[in-house]
Amino acid sequence: MPEPMNETTKDTMTAERMFGDVLLDVDGISISFGGVKALDGVSFNVREHEVLAIIGPNGAGKSSMLNCINGFYHPQEGTITFKGSPHHQMQTHEAASQGIARTFQNIALFKGMSTLDNIMTGRSLKMKKNFLWQALYFGPALKEELEHRAKAEEIIDFLEIEAIRKTPVGKLPYGLQKRVELGRALAAEPDLLLLDEPMAGMNHEEKEDMCRYILDVNDEFGTTIVLIEHDMSVVMDISDRVVVLDYGKKLADGTPDEVRANQDVIDAYLGVSHDENGNGDE
Amino acid sequence: MEFLNAVFVAPFLDIADSPVFFAEVVIGGLMSGVMYSLVALGFVLIFKASGVFNYAQGAMVLFAALTLVGLMEHGAPLWLGLLVTLGVMVALAYAIERFMLRKLVNQEGIILFMATIGLNFVLEGVGQIAFGSDVKRLDVGLPDKSFEWKGILLNTFDLSATFIGAVMVTSLALFFQYTPTGRALRAVADDHQAALSVGIPLKTIWVIVWSVAGAVALVAGIMWGAKAGVQFSLVLIALKALPVLILGGFTSVPGAIVGGLIIGVGEKVAEVYWGPVFGGAIESWFAYMLALAFLLFRPQGLFGEKIIERV
Amino acid sequence: MFYREAGQFKTSYDKDQAVFPIMQDRWFIVAVILAAYFVVPFVADEYWLQAVIIPFLILALAAIGLNILTGYAGQVSLGTGAFMAIGAYACYKLTTNIPDLNIVVAFLISGLMAAAVGIVFGIPSLRIKGFYLAVATLAAQFFVLWLFNKVGWFYNDNPSGTITAPPRELFGVTITGPRATAEARYFVSLTFLVIGAVVAKNLVRGRLGRSWMAIRDMDIAAEIIGIRPLQTKLMAFAVSSFYCGVAGALYIFCWLGSAETEAFDLLQVSFPVLFMIIIGGLGSIIGSIMGAAFITVMPIFLTNFPPMIGIHMATDLQKHIEEIIFGGMIVFFLIAEPHGFARLWQIGKEKLRRWPFPY
Repeated sequence: MPEPMNETTKDTMTAERMFGDVLLDVDGISISFGGVKALDGVSFNVREHEVLAIIGPNGAGKSSMLNCINGFYHPQEGTITFKGSPHHQMQTHEAASQGIARTFQNIALFKGMSTLDNIMTGRSLKMKKNFLWQALYFGPALKEELEHRAKAEEIIDFLEIEAIRKTPVGKLPYGLQKRVELGRALAAEPDLLLLDEPMAGMNHEEKEDMCRYILDVNDEFGTTIVLIEHDMSVVMDISDRVVVLDYGKKLADGTPDEVRANQDVIDAYLGVSHDENGNGDE
Repeated sequence: MEFLNAVFVAPFLDIADSPVFFAEVVIGGLMSGVMYSLVALGFVLIFKASGVFNYAQGAMVLFAALTLVGLMEHGAPLWLGLLVTLGVMVALAYAIERFMLRKLVNQEGIILFMATIGLNFVLEGVGQIAFGSDVKRLDVGLPDKSFEWKGILLNTFDLSATFIGAVMVTSLALFFQYTPTGRALRAVADDHQAALSVGIPLKTIWVIVWSVAGAVALVAGIMWGAKAGVQFSLVLIALKALPVLILGGFTSVPGAIVGGLIIGVGEKVAEVYWGPVFGGAIESWFAYMLALAFLLFRPQGLFGEKIIERV
Repeated sequence: MFYREAGQFKTSYDKDQAVFPIMQDRWFIVAVILAAYFVVPFVADEYWLQAVIIPFLILALAAIGLNILTGYAGQVSLGTGAFMAIGAYACYKLTTNIPDLNIVVAFLISGLMAAAVGIVFGIPSLRIKGFYLAVATLAAQFFVLWLFNKVGWFYNDNPSGTITAPPRELFGVTITGPRATAEARYFVSLTFLVIGAVVAKNLVRGRLGRSWMAIRDMDIAAEIIGIRPLQTKLMAFAVSSFYCGVAGALYIFCWLGSAETEAFDLLQVSFPVLFMIIIGGLGSIIGSIMGAAFITVMPIFLTNFPPMIGIHMATDLQKHIEEIIFGGMIVFFLIAEPHGFARLWQIGKEKLRRWPFPY
């Protein structure tokens, strides 16, 4: 892994960004829980190397959308096409093995395990040696374990969490837990990274750090990122495109500037009376 | 072929042959079912209010019954015995809160569960040291006469026991649903911290629940004890409440009642009609297997709500 | 003073991942194992081996098995006795029907049979969790023991209903049955425990162990990472039951000699083994062994200590006092150190490392 720090946060508003083909295509997704429609015919797509933000008020269906994409919820209608292969419903582990990783709104780390073990667990899918070799912990199994340890250490370096690698994550402060969770998702070397409110509950500096990690991941590994975030200044700064959800429906889809100018969005979400820099939330 | 016949055909022929006998078996099952419900209710109360899976409920039944018998052996009249035993159960509840629960706040469920296993041993030991470990007769003065009703053989003791059990269960259900204390109990069950933050005294609530569970244990202990003698095996009978809980759901009062009845009847019917095919004594595991089979189809229990998982 | 890691640098991930990264620990554990093989059998007499040490070794193996399931994979089981019984009865059937079968092979096959049954009873774990599962494992406990009691085939229609370990030899020494010396049975049990502990440690520190712990700590997140819950849980049931099965076979063949199903009763085996892992430390292999030592030694201590200081009690009273102390200690332990001996051991090592300075 190259040095991640020699490039500062770049201004995505002005730089020319190159995007590849459509990586994920969400088409007409609907899901309801006991009569309440959480998502109602939502369609959008994400292209390779893009940073896409999903915004919307609480209960707009943002988390449900991520849950559908990685197969935790099964939409009643619609198709999700990932890497060209369409799925009506995806199984969670299937999504994982195809290269979708995510973090959670409420941290979902393995609290009894150390930082290192959490990140190593993220690599489970990449490890192949069978049960008997593992029981011996010798030869090929040891070699495999060490290879993956080296990869995990690269991620630990990248996220600057060397000092806590042996600490049980349950004991870490909130901000660091979020970082470890990002690390665990990265360990799977995903093509698509789903981040559910990666900056919730963080102070200004922690948010800046997290923004930098997200942009670096996007830059260095070319990982496509879909994120949910409430902090509008962050969203407008780091995302290439913004999808706005409201009451389970898609309200707008476009570059941050377009969305900011969209009258529906202003009325429904940002609010007419809000100040100019768009701090609609928090 | 013969085996299939014995499993799938013969028992039903037997039932059709003698409906009166079948009715007697069912009624017998219902009666032990009420007892199971009573013990299960103790579990449910404690689980709802403190999130503790109280393995010691069975030992509490034994402990309560032993205390009552012990007092009566020393010449105390029934009413005094009952009163003092009730007092002992409240004191026990207080002690459990003070010396165990309070120190284990915020521990995981499994740790609390293990602690109640420890408690179980302590109660068994203390009860038997204080009041001896031989089988004791308990006579609470309920009439014990058999009579016939439409050809079905019934017993006044069983009937009154069932009646008392039913009253107990109903009043507890009402208490939970309609009194302020009941509401506070349910609030604590949902979320300890949130309940504390609206001013519900957690410790008092715990003492109350464990006391009520103690009282329920006392009633169950009296019923079983009067029927089968007060002895160590009461603890094992109480274990039968576990499949009842699985069937009814850990947090549902009606579930405990219905589950108890189903297990009671199912077990008796299975033992009488299917037991011989399998070599008898299937009562030891039938309830568990029934509950297990049931779980595969409805993991949340009879009255539990389907859980929507969120991340 | 001597317990210092200064100057021991880890220069590779391999060394960093070692079970005992500190040199003194390594020497200590080697010394313990050497002592177990070359000192204990010559120091301990027949009574100590038979009454304390052999049951400790065998139950420690079962405790490691249960700890894999409960401590690592988070699936509470009260059915240890059943899986041990399966191992024991399988081994009995194997050795009596195939007299030429190597006894070690028989032990291992017995473990595999227990593993197969463990998988069957583990299937509900996909749909039910926590205490529901604990109660479901009780179904295994009661059903299996009932089956072995009722169906004559399992005990070769022996009129007494007991199974008796036939004498079998390994390297020309009789190691099972009543004619085997305590020393021989000690060596066999010890070897199984040492190998079992090493293999278990390897499993739990590798991918499988991490998957188990991931399922234990947060099953949804584990699934989203790509860990398959069913396979992982069933694997835990299989491995755990294998350990319990082998321990069960040893229990009859190298300790009791002959027994009925009551030897595997809930209160005889399942709960004590559960206590071993709680007191020893959930999610710790070495803790399982320490817990087993504690739980086997304590009753012996309670039996022998009062007469030593001149108190004589009726056996009945003594049994009840034992129950109270036992239960009380469990509650005390859970309050004082819910992570058991394993954590105390670690804290002790930390203290020792800094000694004589407080921090």
